[in-house]
Amino acid sequence: MERKEKSGANTDNREFAVIAYCFIGLFLCLMGYFAYYQIVKSEDFINNSYNMRQETFAETIVRGKILSADGQVLAETQVDEEGSETRVYPHGRLFSHIAGYDTKEHGRAGIEAWVNFNLLRSHAFFLEKAIDRLVGQKSVGDNIVTTLDYSLQQTAYEALGSYNGAIAVIEPATGRILAMVSKPDFDPNTVSEDWERIVADENTESVLLNRASQGLYPPGSTFKIVTALEFLRENPGSYQNYTYDCSGTIPKEGSTLSCFAGEVHGSVDLERSFVKSCNTSFANIGLSLDADHFADTCKGLLFNRTLPVEKLETAKSSFVLNSDSAVSEVMETAIGQGKTLVTPLHMLMLVSAIANDGVLMKPYVVDFTQNAKGGTVRTYGSNAYGALFDEQEAAILQGYMKGVVKEGTGSGLKGMSYQAYGKTGSAEYGTTKGDSHAWFVGYAHKAGRPDIAVAVMMEQAGTGSAHAVPAAKQIFDSYYGG
Amino acid sequence: MGSIFCEASKYLMIVLFAFYTWSCFFVFRAKSKEGRQRMLRRQIRWMLLLHLDGYLVLLVRTGNYKIMLFYAAQLLFFLIIISSYHLLYEQSAQLLVNNMCMLMAVGFLILSRLSYEKAVRQFTIAVGSMIFALGIPYLIQKIRFIRRLAVLYGVLGLGALLAVAVLGQTSYGAKISFAIAGITIQPSEFVKILFVFFVAGMLHMSVERKQVAITTIAAAAHVVILVFSRDLGGALIFFVVYLAMLYVATKKPVYFLGGLASGSLAAAAAYHLFSHVRTRVVAWQDPLSVIDKEGYQVCQSLFAIGTGGWFGTGLTKGMPEKIPVVEQDFVFSAISEEMGGVFAVCLIMVCMSCFLMLLNIAMQLKDGFYKLVALGLGTMYGFQVFLTIGGVIKLIPSTGVTLPFVSYGGSSLFSTIIMFAIIQGFYILRETKHT
Repeated sequence: MERKEKSGANTDNREFAVIAYCFIGLFLCLMGYFAYYQIVKSEDFINNSYNMRQETFAETIVRGKILSADGQVLAETQVDEEGSETRVYPHGRLFSHIAGYDTKEHGRAGIEAWVNFNLLRSHAFFLEKAIDRLVGQKSVGDNIVTTLDYSLQQTAYEALGSYNGAIAVIEPATGRILAMVSKPDFDPNTVSEDWERIVADENTESVLLNRASQGLYPPGSTFKIVTALEFLRENPGSYQNYTYDCSGTIPKEGSTLSCFAGEVHGSVDLERSFVKSCNTSFANIGLSLDADHFADTCKGLLFNRTLPVEKLETAKSSFVLNSDSAVSEVMETAIGQGKTLVTPLHMLMLVSAIANDGVLMKPYVVDFTQNAKGGTVRTYGSNAYGALFDEQEAAILQGYMKGVVKEGTGSGLKGMSYQAYGKTGSAEYGTTKGDSHAWFVGYAHKAGRPDIAVAVMMEQAGTGSAHAVPAAKQIFDSYYGG
Repeated sequence: MGSIFCEASKYLMIVLFAFYTWSCFFVFRAKSKEGRQRMLRRQIRWMLLLHLDGYLVLLVRTGNYKIMLFYAAQLLFFLIIISSYHLLYEQSAQLLVNNMCMLMAVGFLILSRLSYEKAVRQFTIAVGSMIFALGIPYLIQKIRFIRRLAVLYGVLGLGALLAVAVLGQTSYGAKISFAIAGITIQPSEFVKILFVFFVAGMLHMSVERKQVAITTIAAAAHVVILVFSRDLGGALIFFVVYLAMLYVATKKPVYFLGGLASGSLAAAAAYHLFSHVRTRVVAWQDPLSVIDKEGYQVCQSLFAIGTGGWFGTGLTKGMPEKIPVVEQDFVFSAISEEMGGVFAVCLIMVCMSCFLMLLNIAMQLKDGFYKLVALGLGTMYGFQVFLTIGGVIKLIPSTGVTLPFVSYGGSSLFSTIIMFAIIQGFYILRETKHT
């Protein structure tokens, strides 16, 4: 059966037109997505260590500078008359871990590694670049402006003194990392020459490790923030009624667990247990908690997970309690000993979220890139991760942390022009009783200035209140002016 | 001196290609036939300049003088195609011929940069195919009974697909080719054309329910065999082409929408049934997370495109060889990396111009069978371009299809040249009838 031939092609082409328009749509999608990728997405992709093309860029681009937020040069490439290039770090060891290094032989670390590609690209006006290429001259790469505050970094560096450990400072409302110090440190100017010594087997100090974001430590009493939160969550209506009579010790499966330095706190409620950092009371609280629920809370607080941090390499904190755990382990865990391990940056993020009424802003250190002329190329900016605490929980913990400064272990921060909040910790390590890492995590508030949060971790220094609190005080004093 | 020339050429080639592309769309604005002719001649000059410039850059960068002999052979080839279409078939669609040459020129250029040997092979196949194809318009005017052999096309096509599914070699996870006397052939490239003729023949006969049902079952059989041979790109192309042809032949949007709906269901089912479908989807959603395995290729492609930026690194200055099978499925990324994002967008627009020309011809035809065939071949071309480019820029999951005329691959090049020649033949037929 032959279909009749239609006449008048134009009236017969409606379906053809529909198909044509559909396909024009598809082609426009292709072009639109291509442009979107080039303009928006490509940066996320091409600055990846798998992209071998990065290496060839150094042939046509002079590596850009890394700058602090206040315009200090943290790293720059100097070109001598013969055209040979040297990467120079004017402040030497001060920014060693965070700014990192860039070497031919031993690769890169820190910001140098994370933004390697941005430094090796030029967003100068394209004609300018074209002319550079035509005359065979290298273009100047983009600069990276970081969130780091030069004077705070210097204060933190001095505050840590000769101890190994880390200090990090962050702005809770935005997530800007203002300072990050880790010791032992190295001189990025000579890292290639010193390499053999730094990585030698007998050198057990892990000099290259950024302890602020990758060092794993027992949290000590700073973990009572988490234990207190869990108690609040399990006893929403009745936590105010909690009381415990501290006699200085509590039996623990054959042995005893005692308060620090043999102190006896007497009758304490939850707030006072927190303020005085009463170990026996917190061990007692630990026994009442549902271990699986506790583990869920910790998961929500980013334990056992990769921290949501832009660029920085971080280690995962670990929390391993579950309903099968031994009683002694439950008690130890509740006071921040046990098997729990945290990074200083993680603890900093927790207090920073508390300071920010529960909402965690993702920490970031790369603020924006600018071309050699100073024009902004791309802003990275602050992003909220989400609420780690609800507002009420944050308010309660804020109150407790204020109490620590007012009449507890953090009283070294009392009576200043700013109001400090915090929690100390003296994390025991090894087997010798009494040897401890000094911890302080907290934040401070002063009208008219943004809040800043600080984490101090001093290895083998002693108690948090004797060592870490004064270090934090130096930072708050420097920032708020006493 | 040489590097100044290469740097300048990078921009010159972009400008030339932009002019060329612009004229693809504005040639229809010309008021007189003479004006159009002038514009098309100017377009040829831009194309030849671009081609020459590209090969001079390759000469400077590689220092290989042989490459200019190869260039001369190509130049001769393009001139012969353009003039012989002009002489043999006065009414031919000149823009389509130009676009075909332009795309082949870009293809030869990037292939010469990637692998001189492959470029020469590609060129040889192009010459053979063109000689064969020049006769096709003539055949179409003479042989009128091709429309009555629908069943034969269907049986042949299905048979070929089945044979390759059972006997074929596996390459990159898909069973789509087999080798005869040292030459690897991808039968699905030819079955594509048979398939369009089959569907057109069947639906031109009748669009009654029974006929539609039989045709649909046969078409579905094609698609299913391809899915089982793991040629997902091929399966998708057959599916979409069938839907378009069914819709146009029956004029019932419900078939089109119903087809799309059942296609989505089938895709969801395939996702759950076949692990090779799932890996493609994972590699598409977040290629960086699986960069060591499934995502490697797409990541390398995106690195290439992103690193090249809008103006490219310049020929030989990028690293397209880091992308696996770059000469075939990922040739677009190599072009974008070295010749620039602007160049790549122009390339998409030239492909779009080809598609629009094919559809335009389909609309102008009077004969229902020819119309359907032209529509089928046109959508086949358009959708293949969409699949391949969309896959390499991560708009859609990568399906491993080639970019017609540009990618390395004899079967693909041959079948595309035939497709264009067939539509050219319809057009000439209609134009000569008119006058």
